Amino acid sequence: MIEKLLYSLQFPLVRRALIVGVLIALSSSLLGVTLVLKRFSYIGDGLSHVAFGVMAVASVLGLTNQTVLILPVTVLCAVFLLKSGNNTKIKGDAAIAMISVGALAFGYLIMNVFSTSSNVSGDVCSTLFGSTSILTLSVTEVVICAVFSIIVVAMFIFLYNKIFAVTFDEDFARATGVKADMYNFIIAIMIAVIIVLSMNLVGSLLISALVIFPALSAMSIFKNFKSVTIFAAVSSVVCALSGMIISIVAGTPVGSTIVAVDVFVFVLTFFIGKGKGGKA
Amino acid sequence: MSFISAQDLSLGYDKTVVAENLNFEVREGDYLCIVGENGSGKSTLMKTMLGLQTPMGGQILFGDGLKKNEIGYLPQQTLAQRDFPASVEEIVLSGCQSHMGLRPFYTEKERKLARTNMERMDICDLKKRCYRELSGGQQQRVLLARALCATTKILLLDEPVSGLDPKVTNEMYELINSLNKSGVTIIMVSHDIMAAVKYASHILHVGKTIFFGTKDEYIASDMGKLFVNMGGERA
Ligand SMILES: Nc1ncnc2c1ncn2[C@@H]1O[C@H](COP(=O)(O)OP(=O)(O)OP(=O)(O)O)[C@@H](O)[C@H]1O
Ligand SMILES: [Mg+2]
Repeated sequence: MIEKLLYSLQFPLVRRALIVGVLIALSSSLLGVTLVLKRFSYIGDGLSHVAFGVMAVASVLGLTNQTVLILPVTVLCAVFLLKSGNNTKIKGDAAIAMISVGALAFGYLIMNVFSTSSNVSGDVCSTLFGSTSILTLSVTEVVICAVFSIIVVAMFIFLYNKIFAVTFDEDFARATGVKADMYNFIIAIMIAVIIVLSMNLVGSLLISALVIFPALSAMSIFKNFKSVTIFAAVSSVVCALSGMIISIVAGTPVGSTIVAVDVFVFVLTFFIGKGKGGKA
Repeated sequence: MSFISAQDLSLGYDKTVVAENLNFEVREGDYLCIVGENGSGKSTLMKTMLGLQTPMGGQILFGDGLKKNEIGYLPQQTLAQRDFPASVEEIVLSGCQSHMGLRPFYTEKERKLARTNMERMDICDLKKRCYRELSGGQQQRVLLARALCATTKILLLDEPVSGLDPKVTNEMYELINSLNKSGVTIIMVSHDIMAAVKYASHILHVGKTIFFGTKDEYIASDMGKLFVNMGGERA
């Protein structure tokens, strides 16, 4: 087993995949708490479907570097969804549902009708669940992934205190002169970027899991924002790394293995949290 | 010139007017109590003064060197979601954001300000505790400390004593009163007419009929007599 792992690690492709996986896991876990608490998880879900639709278009167009198309479109949708969500609650929710289901349907339709590949359902499956795509990333894609995840992590560190203020009590922040709209806007863009990045790792259907599970695990044990954020980041990286290693050794699909490990850790922390809460 | 003055202000949502013809002013050092029935628009007035909502007519003027972001605020319900993981210290510090601009990290100056205000509110020993596990009275103190980090000029408090027991309510009133004595201008929404009459310098009554004036004028007015008596009987 160890031999198989060491053997795989000889390939630069595998090493690159591990590095990218860790970076993506790190950046996706950071905004989890904000996403859960600000009810942005709907937006996250909708965006992942949009990303799927755009990816379908990109693959039909035969783009070698799909991120170039997916990233800007998803960011635009994030901005649009945030704006419509601000007007009235219900309309915002409806807009998200419309866009996400529509994108999913059209994506599948386009792939079916126009695809030149002989294995359409295989393609769809790997876009939705990520299967092996992490091992087939081109060097440019790896670089793009790395650069954007580092940008997201850096932005998060610099905006950490503002994100806390805006997430905890938006009205208060706004009233005391914090530019809440601007930070919401930046948060939405960061979410869009994270989703596009995570798509390479776990596929578009499992993205929410990658973003939300580490945050939920952290929240069941820790009770302040800093510890929650740090624990979420650490557990996300550890889960992604062990998920990828398991998938290499056991030959399981990457995305679902990572998410399975995330779920396992969540269940674990849930019971630890329960135990702690019972004693106190 | 006064800190805040409202001229022919009308408030509402979309096209429904909630309250209109509001005229009042708040000077430095005042203690204004806003009273009125449920749904008369007190919270809406607060939000409009904070700039969270645009007035439907008339205007609110800021003067005497008071800037828009120099208003501290205690929301009616604790808006923080039930599950929010945040320590008392983190929340109090977040009040400092109002004068941070684009600066990303807190310095010793902000930490000291947060410490001072936690001492003032007597919550230093709760510093590391989780906000959602505190009692209602403790939570209000935390939010007051946060508001004091944002400003020491003027505080807007929306029903700061709702849900508190009589003893803690009294402590809270004394705390707010001592803040006012130390120079903080207070605007407070309250259903407690007796306390309003006891502590406030001015009263604004929102409702079908509108009253604005000093406490003594209010007590002498017909409306004041009616409400103070009612409040007195209940107490
Ligand atoms: N977001 C909103 N959209 C539309 N109408 C609203 C909204 N918030 C409040 N209202 C309406 O505006 C009116 C005034 O509400 P407001 O919350 O200002 O009352 P209040 O005086 O603070 O009452 P209370 O004493 O219960 O706190 C009510 O009729 C309420 O239904
Ligand atoms: Mg109210």
